[in-house]
Amino acid sequence: MADTAKSEYRGEIHSRQKELMSAWYQRLDEAARTGAPATVELMISGNCVELLEAFDAVPLYPEINALQLAIRHQSLEPILLAEELGYAADNCAYVKADIGALLKGISPAAGKLPKPSLVLCNFVGCNTYIKWFEHAAVFQGSPLYMLDVPFLRADSPSREDVTYVVRQLREVVKMLEAITGRKFDYGRFRHAVECSRRVEDAWSRIKLLAQRRPSPFDAYFDAITLMGPLYVYRASPAGVEFFDIALRELEARAARGEGVYDQEKFRVVLEGPPPYPYFRAFRDMFAKWRACPVASTYSTVGGLWEFGFRHDAEDPFEAVALHMLEHNLTNRNFLQRYAQLRRYVEDWNAHGLIIHFVKSCRLFSAGQGDMRDYFTRVLGVPTLYIESDLEDPRYFAEAQTKNRMDAFFEALEHAGAHRGLPLAVSGPAGPHANPNLKVIP
Amino acid sequence: MRSLSPRLLDIPRCVELIQDLNFAEVARWKAEHPGGKAIAYFPVYAPVEIIHACGMLPVGLNGAGDRLDIQHADARFGSFICSIIKTTLEMAITGRLDWMDGMFFSTICDSARNLCFVSKRNFPEKYWDFIHLPQNAGSPAAVDFLEQEYRRILLQLESLAGRKADDDALRGAIRLYNHNRELLRDLYALRERHPERLRTWELYSLLRAGCFLPVETHNAGLEAALAELRAGAAKPRDSIRILIEGSFCEQPPLDLIRLIEEAGCYIVDDDFILGRRWFTQDVPSEGDPIRALAESYLNRSVYSSVRHDPRHPRPRALVEKARSRRADAVLFLIAKFCEPAYFDYVLFKQAVEAAGIPHLLLEFEEKAFTFERSRTEVETFVESLLFD
Repeated sequence: MADTAKSEYRGEIHSRQKELMSAWYQRLDEAARTGAPATVELMISGNCVELLEAFDAVPLYPEINALQLAIRHQSLEPILLAEELGYAADNCAYVKADIGALLKGISPAAGKLPKPSLVLCNFVGCNTYIKWFEHAAVFQGSPLYMLDVPFLRADSPSREDVTYVVRQLREVVKMLEAITGRKFDYGRFRHAVECSRRVEDAWSRIKLLAQRRPSPFDAYFDAITLMGPLYVYRASPAGVEFFDIALRELEARAARGEGVYDQEKFRVVLEGPPPYPYFRAFRDMFAKWRACPVASTYSTVGGLWEFGFRHDAEDPFEAVALHMLEHNLTNRNFLQRYAQLRRYVEDWNAHGLIIHFVKSCRLFSAGQGDMRDYFTRVLGVPTLYIESDLEDPRYFAEAQTKNRMDAFFEALEHAGAHRGLPLAVSGPAGPHANPNLKVIP
Repeated sequence: MRSLSPRLLDIPRCVELIQDLNFAEVARWKAEHPGGKAIAYFPVYAPVEIIHACGMLPVGLNGAGDRLDIQHADARFGSFICSIIKTTLEMAITGRLDWMDGMFFSTICDSARNLCFVSKRNFPEKYWDFIHLPQNAGSPAAVDFLEQEYRRILLQLESLAGRKADDDALRGAIRLYNHNRELLRDLYALRERHPERLRTWELYSLLRAGCFLPVETHNAGLEAALAELRAGAAKPRDSIRILIEGSFCEQPPLDLIRLIEEAGCYIVDDDFILGRRWFTQDVPSEGDPIRALAESYLNRSVYSSVRHDPRHPRPRALVEKARSRRADAVLFLIAKFCEPAYFDYVLFKQAVEAAGIPHLLLEFEEKAFTFERSRTEVETFVESLLFD
């Protein structure tokens, strides 16, 4: 019989996060009211917030606005409005919620959202971004720059890929100079990149803490709390301070032997974004089984740092380009994601993998059936595949999802995974074999 | 079925080529060219000239239509994913693409990109590559990048072919495909002027047959067809002139195209098999051929829902096309789950409404075989315009 367990931790991280995110919305409101500071609409994936910081421009992330609407159960109304405009049932609901909210003047915060000074589409993997930002520029009457980042076709980007992105970043600098009326300050840009490096260091150490048992950190649900500051403040001293506090706090918990759950039972890896309209209900499905997400791909959309990459202030343009090209989930190819997940399962000592297919996001979801085949049939990793959406509440079947989650954890329990019994699995071991998975050669 | 010419490329033969999931024509080419490689490409565009210059046969795959039951691919790609992704994978899983030595995908959508890499895992013995076609056409850096991207592909293909493709071979391929595109432009222009002489389902068949034939053979067939059509005459029908938008990747069933025509439409332009008609002018066949192909992709190409070009907004381009073809209406013919087409539909719809052009949205799936609802919708739409 499963227990209901404590599922989240509230500490200074959470109060500071709230302060930072409120301050961000206040700056956006100020921009909406007074026209300053300059605001730049940007995508989360492989974002180049360092360049904005160099101009003291504020990023405006429509994905954060959309997910805030969904968590607050306010996404359906703008989605329906967008569908009336002609968006299809099968278009990404993030886009529909954002455009609908924009046209209706709905903001997830108390204040207003500004008309962005620049709509900067960092086209990093997701093709929907192109359309989303075209539409955002048209509906808001803002200038658009399409920063085209070559998709990672090989293990690493070529010199030509890097050159192409750097040349475009320099074009963005010219645009930002014209928009803000400021001359580009290279020293400030380097400082921003250096702040990012320090944040990335702390963030990576936080993620590695989840390798401990019990894990002091939920790398899916709690990671989302940290992801707001990670994308908005990464390149600023406020971000450095926040992540230093977060790391200290979590390290102290780890030193005391505290876990996300008093008695952690299962350790799972999560693939795919969460169902934001049912965020709490979904989280509770893990808590019921004291199942801690120890690693997730969703937390690497904006950047993948736990495997070693850091922004380097010695060559800030190249650092930003490399981050956009190679070191974020969305611009990496599907097989690189398999490798990333495999490494999580092995190095974070997970008992299984949960794949959450979201209807809206084909970048994440198209082909996840093949991913399941790879993990179950080739590697022998217990894998659960569930479907819903990240933004549209109409696609979440709560009872069915709960039944599937329960069945998955019951099967793990039956196999003795939580007692450390080896699971019968097949497939070659990675470099860091997981003792939870017995590999049959 | 009316046929154009029994000599080279008549319509029944074209239909047969399109519907042949054994790809007998490709197999025949390979038998006639021992050691020759066939390189497929997923829609919308691929630089076929580079494939040809390496002595290989480019093969345009546009799904399997209604002639294939999906038994394996659904489990790999799940719900909410368009049919062409699944039929392409299904063809590979069921051995129908065994003739294929490699395949290109490009920057058209997220599902197609993931399919490239899923295919690579499942069929590691074949060459799979992803071409990053630039989405920032306004930047001078884009041409330099694409040139290098094409050089990368050329090297890969040369290695696969075991032979070099020099500039003369590339220029020769450019000339052959320029001629092919010129013939297709002429056929499109003829249909636009005399839609009673050339039905769209026939033109489509002629066009798509080229996806499976050596370009030289296709050119000869098109020349014969064009000569015959120019000499011919037919009685005009009582039809409205429409333009089709949204079918640039997954292709509508042939019967659906026929149905639209039978319901009272002259289709005066469309975006079927758009990649084979990508350039508005000839690609320069002098100078550096790789640079010419890259530069033409960015500066001499049609507008498309899979190519962002800030210099030429697509909604405006659609309205201009509708006006220049004297279209009475626009029919948005969109494959189920096609995100690029559905996103563009929102801005297209606003633009055509602002221009006072009537429009209808029709969703299709390549595997559909009954179209009663579509028939009713098109007939009602046509009647509303005819008796307006």
